[in-house]
Amino acid sequence: MRHLLDTRTLDRDTALQILDVAEDMADTQSRQVKKLPTLLGKTVVNLFFEDSTRTRISFEAAAKRLSADVINFAAKGSSVSKGESLKDTAQTLQAMGADAVVVRHSASGAPRTLATSGWISAGVVNAGDGTHEHPTQALLDAFTIRKRSFGPDSRGHDLSGLHVVIVGDVLHSRVARSNVWLLSTLGAEVTLVTPPTLIPQNVSQWPARVMYDLDAALSAGPDAVMMLRIQAERMHAAYFPTEREYSRLWGLDAVRAAGLPEGSIVMHPGPMNRGLEISSEAADSPRSTVLEQVTNGVSVRMAVLYLLLAGERDDERREVK
Amino acid sequence: MSARTVLQEADIARALTRIAHEILESNRGAEGIVLLGIPTRGVTLADRLGPVISGIADTEIPVGSLDITLFRDDLSRHPTRSPKRTEIPDGGIDGKTVVLVDDVLFSGRSIRAALDAIQSIGRPAVVRLAILVDRGHRELPIRPDFVGKNIPSASSERVNVRLKELDGVDEVTIES
Repeated sequence: MRHLLDTRTLDRDTALQILDVAEDMADTQSRQVKKLPTLLGKTVVNLFFEDSTRTRISFEAAAKRLSADVINFAAKGSSVSKGESLKDTAQTLQAMGADAVVVRHSASGAPRTLATSGWISAGVVNAGDGTHEHPTQALLDAFTIRKRSFGPDSRGHDLSGLHVVIVGDVLHSRVARSNVWLLSTLGAEVTLVTPPTLIPQNVSQWPARVMYDLDAALSAGPDAVMMLRIQAERMHAAYFPTEREYSRLWGLDAVRAAGLPEGSIVMHPGPMNRGLEISSEAADSPRSTVLEQVTNGVSVRMAVLYLLLAGERDDERREVK
Repeated sequence: MSARTVLQEADIARALTRIAHEILESNRGAEGIVLLGIPTRGVTLADRLGPVISGIADTEIPVGSLDITLFRDDLSRHPTRSPKRTEIPDGGIDGKTVVLVDDVLFSGRSIRAALDAIQSIGRPAVVRLAILVDRGHRELPIRPDFVGKNIPSASSERVNVRLKELDGVDEVTIES
């Protein structure tokens, strides 16, 4: 694997390889010594042009557990705020000898530009770009669903036969996009439930069913319900009248959570708006996988960094994904 | 390219029986022995060796596997390898006599990686090394404690260990 830019072009075999390696990484995290010498001498740069706590520290933990050196670069307080271009920033990192760049950017497609422009030779991992994709989040979600469904026999399994409902602001959600592509590649059936104002225009071309009524979608007995965060920072228009109305119609309250079938799980990528898209009862119930998702995120990111950095680097090979 | 067979099915079985006796002798019994096979064929050999020792000593010997991929020092010289399973038997390895089992001992680098892998899991009282074929050409100060057969080889030659469970046949061949 040269870069990880999206899940739309990720084939089934590569996706399963990442999930299986993540299983091995998860196993090492229960040992006395969690640190592995695998990426000793490699440098991973976290290049974050947008605020993020959990994704950045998750990547940082993953890189450090594999003994890579980590450089954190936040755009705030850096020369980017003085007007440096993406190209100059990238070339600076190249000159420092970065082997992998984990990038989050508010512009959709920025990681692809970084990967294909020829500015840097490092592997690029997309850690969220605009409203485009967030592939490692989708991978950790798929990992969590698989782990809860198959337990210790997860290796090699895809998600065929499983039904996942994704609820909330699909329009602005890169998590939803990455999950739709990845989960359908892995054979799961995906249903999107969203207010009509928060549906992307091209959704008819997605491998997912769209519904407006949460109760109708939940009555089908899904295996996993994924609640998306209402992103106040991207709500520049009146997409729904009030938060209370949203919560009543599309929030996972205690009653809806209690009505879910035995064994189905409740997921949230975090950070949660408790009382808005998800109630505390649902978030803290045994079906909730919120904290498992955080733990699994480190394993999945270890797997991605391993597959990106551990093998022989053939610089002739220019995979254009 | 020619291949000659240096060990056949009966030779491999005899070697494992002898190694089983040697392990019991050096450990003065079966107390605390844990076999850890190194993937892929070391695991198969450990799975065979365990019951042989159990049969002689009349007590169950824990057998597991130890993946060394993440501890290798040559990862960047090869295409990406997928890690294999590590399965530590219940009871762990702390204070035990861990016997590493592998098919071929060559440079010694796999064993170096295995020692690091063990260190991240626990602290055995003793670590021993059982090998089906020692072909020489060590690059590190590592030596086996139990050897099925010493096979002097040129470093350009290939030593192939084939086992029934994986390859349908039990044999060791040298290709030159």
